[in-house]
Amino acid sequence: MWLFHKSKYEFIRLRRKAYVVSGVVLALGITGIGMNVVRTGTWQNYGVDFTGGVLVQIRFDQETSDSDLREALGGVNAPPITRFGQENEFVVRAPIDEESNLDEVADDIAAQVAVTYDRDGFEIVRRESVGAKVGEELQGQAAMAILFSFVLTLLYIAIRFEIRFGVAAIIATAHDILITLGLLALFRVEISLPTVAAILTILGYSLNDTIVVFDRIRENLNKRGGRREDPYRLVNRSINETLPRTVLTSGTTLAVLLSLLILGGAVIRPFTLVLILGVLIGTYSSIFIASPALLEIQRRYGTADPREKERKRAARRAAAV
Amino acid sequence: MLKSFRGRIVVIVLAVGICGYYLWARDLKLGLDLQGGMHLVLEIDDPDGTFTAERRDSLTEQALKILRTRIDEFGVEEPIIQKRGSDRIIVELAGLDDDDRAKEIINRQAFLEWKLALPVTEVQDALPRLDRAIVTALGEDSLRALGAETRVQQADELSPELLLFPETGDTARAGDTVVTEPAPETEAAADTVAQDEEEDENLLRPFTGLLLTGGFDDKGRMVSYNVDEANVEKATMYLALEEFQRALPRNVSLQWSMDPLAQGGRFYRELYVLQEDAFLTGDQLQDASATRDQQFNQPEVLFELNRRGGRIFEQVTTIHEKERIAIVLDEEVVSAPVVEGRIRNRGSIKMRGAQMAEAADLALVLRAGALPVPLRIMEERTVGPSLGQDSIDQGQIAGIVGIVLVIAIMMLYYRAAGVLAVVALGIYLLLVLGGLSALDATLTLPGIAGLILSIGMAVDANVLIFERIREELEARRAPRTAVDEGFGNAVSAIVDANITTLITGLILFQFGTGPVRGFAVTLCIGIVASFFSAMYVTRTLFLMYLSGKRGSDPISV
Repeated sequence: MWLFHKSKYEFIRLRRKAYVVSGVVLALGITGIGMNVVRTGTWQNYGVDFTGGVLVQIRFDQETSDSDLREALGGVNAPPITRFGQENEFVVRAPIDEESNLDEVADDIAAQVAVTYDRDGFEIVRRESVGAKVGEELQGQAAMAILFSFVLTLLYIAIRFEIRFGVAAIIATAHDILITLGLLALFRVEISLPTVAAILTILGYSLNDTIVVFDRIRENLNKRGGRREDPYRLVNRSINETLPRTVLTSGTTLAVLLSLLILGGAVIRPFTLVLILGVLIGTYSSIFIASPALLEIQRRYGTADPREKERKRAARRAAAV
Repeated sequence: MLKSFRGRIVVIVLAVGICGYYLWARDLKLGLDLQGGMHLVLEIDDPDGTFTAERRDSLTEQALKILRTRIDEFGVEEPIIQKRGSDRIIVELAGLDDDDRAKEIINRQAFLEWKLALPVTEVQDALPRLDRAIVTALGEDSLRALGAETRVQQADELSPELLLFPETGDTARAGDTVVTEPAPETEAAADTVAQDEEEDENLLRPFTGLLLTGGFDDKGRMVSYNVDEANVEKATMYLALEEFQRALPRNVSLQWSMDPLAQGGRFYRELYVLQEDAFLTGDQLQDASATRDQQFNQPEVLFELNRRGGRIFEQVTTIHEKERIAIVLDEEVVSAPVVEGRIRNRGSIKMRGAQMAEAADLALVLRAGALPVPLRIMEERTVGPSLGQDSIDQGQIAGIVGIVLVIAIMMLYYRAAGVLAVVALGIYLLLVLGGLSALDATLTLPGIAGLILSIGMAVDANVLIFERIREELEARRAPRTAVDEGFGNAVSAIVDANITTLITGLILFQFGTGPVRGFAVTLCIGIVASFFSAMYVTRTLFLMYLSGKRGSDPISV
């Protein structure tokens, strides 16, 4: 079996359509971010990890509903309640302010639940309390982590390839992160520490894909006659040559992630969703964003090939004479 | 032919052996999210921000030592107690059955003091001044909005046996108010109150208005006020005011009892008038143990003082017979027994209405010593054992299904070479799990995700290699050359892809905490193992596969 072997898809010709697709998704994401800002004042749905606050997960023995629990926790003034995976499990998130004691907030919630429900009828299965100060620090750390890995990987690519490959990879990665963040905002996925880990993994995965395509472009360029070939055709050929690998690897990874999504339980579901999204976006962008970006850079800022430069310089000299 | 890969097999067997040994010798540690447990981040409490960096550092070190002793005695298996940065402490306890108790033991400062209980007459003169201080500090309007008292409470409104204002213990009758019938000893103070009253019927008495008759010592002196439980919060707020503290007489402090007192169907807390300077502190403690007192079968903590402490205690108890001595734990009065005779170095702390476990825990923290300053919980993550078990079960099923899918895809797609890849992946998994236990890392839920992701990377490396071999075969190269060229051509892509992911992993490890760190560790180990498995193990397996064939035989890729 050899899927997509010797395929001759005109990926590069499709690039303008791809720009439109990316633009639309990006616009949707920005709308999502705007809606979040208007409705809640923050651009993402930050979880307690980043805002500080208390999360209490309660598992009930008996069937109970959101509204019953909301009633038990103070009706209209109740903190946000969400159902968690299984039927009778709920997550309550309560904000805290600088003054309040983390412990007391969580204990209060448990105590309020105990008033309405039988003490033996429920179990607190998870409790997360993060002080506002720690939340702020974690936000800073996450931003630093994303920024640092961004800079370092690109530095690495710039050294291993040529500078234009590095710049093209920057554009593709930035594209992926922006689209992911936009979609996360649009669907109000909770941003927690594991979500940040997932975003960073996407960054790694997308780069991985881009590198494999770029590696082939670099190889074809350095083959005899590579520099003289039409860059559009060379890049398109390189994408097609790596297509079997791209499909097989993305397919295998998606198969694993899907089994994780379906069978892995509610705790890692948001995490897995972000990864699946990332694999799809990463594969798409290495073909439709990274490679066209490479060509655009080359078209606008000329070639990095020394022989080519030499030829141009000679031509200029000849013209001057 | 065998010679060329004998060395390789030795290396692989060695790597597998070492990792297999670690995996077998020390079980893979599961993270708190998988097996249930508590993760706490504590910080030195420095509300005024006055500590210097060095001081914070050394206080944290001291606190760390004491926490280690306490948790060791509490008996949790393999606790993690680490300093992070200069002023944070991380405590991770797995498999707890009582989180609250553990937290109490960790978070309690356990600063023990013995203070003399003074008669309330020591503060009586200051009461109007204290009221005025509160009014100045908070403003009349906001106090009225709070519903502050404008008069001294009528005792009969609350409970007949509680008198409304400090008497010295003998002649007070129920229903009396100080304003109308001051007791002789408190006349001076009451006069001031009365005068103010004349000036303004509506005068605010935010503090005095909350005070009720409290407890007495054996000399017949009242040493504490009772405050209705409903008013405790308000009173505590007043007590914390800087203006209030300044208006207090010198060397006097007001301190709450730890537990509420039930009387006549209502709950009160006692506000003790104490000599501010403690004559003895927990430093002088030699030993503490929990027991039940023989009379009422109530839990109590027996303590034993060292020689110096014993001398001080003997002196004080001789002079102050029939008076009360307050035992103050973290600014709250645990008990205030009357001195019935001279005591040397042994005594007991009676715990009103406490469970035996509480007494045992108090004895434990007293033995381990007090924290130099209180600690503040900055972050807490607790996962109950049942949720952890669910996650393990689900993670396992998902992992197995995922791996079976990968195996199926590889074997279907690449046939014989796919089988080699699956063997290499098996070795890869063993290396990762063994590497994790060798590094003493814990496997967390995001860790499992990282693991599955790095399986994806390992598969990718194999796919890259096999695709290259296919291309070479297609270009009519001899199988052996095709394999060599295939590996050679795939190297650059694999190296670059692995290094960029490794960079991300290392950065995550550096910046991440808790669960994210677990993810980063598995990812990093996974990448190293995947590189080894693809470039070395798969290659060796291919060499073995080829060695059974003649040069021109076709290979199954």
